[in-house]
Amino acid sequence: MKRGRLSWSTRSGRALAWQAALLLLLVLCGWALASHAAGSLAERQIRTGFGFLGQRAGFDIGEGPVPYGPADSYLRAFAAGLANTLRVSLLGILLATPLGALVGLGRLSRNLLLRGLCGAWVEVLRNVPLVIQLFAWYLAITELLPEAASPLLLAPHVFLSKGGLQLPLPALAGGLSLELPEVTAFGVQGGLSLTPEFLALLAGLTTATSASIAEVVRAGVLAVPRGQAEAALALGLSRRQLVRKVLLPQALRVIVPPLTSQYLNLTKNSSLAVAIGYPDVVSIANTAINQSGQALECILLIMAVYLTVNLCTALLMNLYNRRVALVER
Amino acid sequence: MAAPSAAGPSAPAGVARPPPPRPGGARAWLRASLFGSPSSAAATLLLLAGLAWLLPRALDWLLFRAVFRADYEACRALEYTGACWGFVAEKHRLVLFGRYPWGEHWRPLLATLILVATLALSGHPRAWRRGLLAVWAVALAAFVLLMRGGVLGLSRVESGSWGGLPLTIILTVVAMAASLPLGIGLALGRRSRLPLLRAVSTLYIELVRGVPLITVLFVASFLFPLLLPAGLRLDALGRVALGMTLFQAAYMAEVVRAGLQALPRGQGEAAAALGLSTWQAQRRVILPQALLLVIPNFVNSLLSTFLDTSLVTVVSIYDLTGALRLALGDPLWRNFFLEGYLFVAAIYFTCCLAMSRYSRWLEGRLSSGRRR
Repeated sequence: MKRGRLSWSTRSGRALAWQAALLLLLVLCGWALASHAAGSLAERQIRTGFGFLGQRAGFDIGEGPVPYGPADSYLRAFAAGLANTLRVSLLGILLATPLGALVGLGRLSRNLLLRGLCGAWVEVLRNVPLVIQLFAWYLAITELLPEAASPLLLAPHVFLSKGGLQLPLPALAGGLSLELPEVTAFGVQGGLSLTPEFLALLAGLTTATSASIAEVVRAGVLAVPRGQAEAALALGLSRRQLVRKVLLPQALRVIVPPLTSQYLNLTKNSSLAVAIGYPDVVSIANTAINQSGQALECILLIMAVYLTVNLCTALLMNLYNRRVALVER
Repeated sequence: MAAPSAAGPSAPAGVARPPPPRPGGARAWLRASLFGSPSSAAATLLLLAGLAWLLPRALDWLLFRAVFRADYEACRALEYTGACWGFVAEKHRLVLFGRYPWGEHWRPLLATLILVATLALSGHPRAWRRGLLAVWAVALAAFVLLMRGGVLGLSRVESGSWGGLPLTIILTVVAMAASLPLGIGLALGRRSRLPLLRAVSTLYIELVRGVPLITVLFVASFLFPLLLPAGLRLDALGRVALGMTLFQAAYMAEVVRAGLQALPRGQGEAAAALGLSTWQAQRRVILPQALLLVIPNFVNSLLSTFLDTSLVTVVSIYDLTGALRLALGDPLWRNFFLEGYLFVAAIYFTCCLAMSRYSRWLEGRLSSGRRR
């Protein structure tokens, strides 16, 4: 058989023709969009290119591990936003995983009350939009908590108020010491301060994702056949051994892949920060678009950021998955 | 195995023993499920104590001390010891219909009812016939006619003034309906023999699934005006609907692909052996079965699309969530935000619970049909 003959009568010939047509269509569409975009950008006198990243941004960012002032560049603003996104996502994942696991196991409990409560937790959080939950958390923190001058004392030196949460901050000034927050007439000063926006986003993401993780964990545990536990008990394993050596390894195999996508969802959902004004990368991009008008570049930047973050998370979780996955002969 | 004696080891014959506890019975069941073990009993007591503390307070706030009239002074006098449902009484029309002209609220109400009725009608498998498409076309036309007006003596209302529940529902319906054909195309493309088509489909699906919906909405509201030629220029609502459709299509493609993968290979091979062309096989044999397999998943994506529409408030479209924020913009009633959020959350929750229960019912019904 002659391979690759350019004719409609052969299968490979038809495939080649279809693909050529598709390529042509894509190129044409791309060209049409690009030329039109170039035209309308010129018409609105919007510059193009990533040159604006080096310019002075001129807006302020309230918080974050990357120090940032109005005199800094757009590039630094994006870096500060990315750091804020990573900070809330990482902390959210760390908190939502144990909470979700507990709720998921609670739904399997033999105790009717506990089961019902965990079920209600999952149903309510999964069936109300996250945006609504975030607005509600934010308003609850900024309206219902006491004023910053008379904060709630949660633990020694841990204060909660409309101004956010203040914690002791470990400092390395002349040996290890703790920088303690103090209550002053202007609110709580010093120590590690978490803003209401951060707290609302963290609380919303953690609780909402914990409900999804609970479902993943429940499905994973239910996927282990009953006989496995019965066989282990019949062999004389203790309950502890049963869970550690038999149930957990088999359940994890089912749990880890969907858990990965829940982590990715949490990271993506952290973009809802823009709704309550937490300066994550999307909020920064939103401000930058409104200021510089360079929407295309800013949107490309956020997409690149999310794709990279997702890829890294997926890579890490796949490595972990390889450890727990079934080893077949 | 040696048969153990039925009686206990030290039971002398002939002595009447108390009967063993009967299995079943509500009391025994309740006892086992609440006090089955010491730790379970401790958990029960702890939870009961918590509920005993919480429940009277919650009921007090929600019902007994609450004000149900749209009376601002009475709500103020509560000083937050009770719920002010007066907010809902005062603002429910604004929350449900957004900035739609006040005197014309019967139109969005009727339009919403038509859509909901059509959705409910399409829920039963017996309604899944060709005629359903016609019913949907009529329902959508009626919706647009009622909302937009401009004919039959109805005053014209631009889509910029639409808002609230009808907007949420129409966005959901349009995004779902329009993303289905796109999703089928992408799923087939991803499984195609043609490397270029496969690469393009895979790239699109993974790209869209990798970014948050907000970025897609940003693309819709900031970039579409730049990219689309003047003849294709859409209003803000149209752009957002298009953005949600393109986003949903990637997820839909994965749902359809799951169905295609679940179908045994033999179906396609049998169709080819019978002499059906590739397209005939897809249309007559493979797709109908694959789509039927994933109908419960469609209901789940309907649910998540419904929840996702709440994000459009970020790009200044006043859906149910956005309309609530509009209502909370009134400085007089702003302090009663909790009641407002509970009201809107209850609407979302009821709709979603109905959908997920329906999905479960449908799954049971469809799979029982398959087992036969």
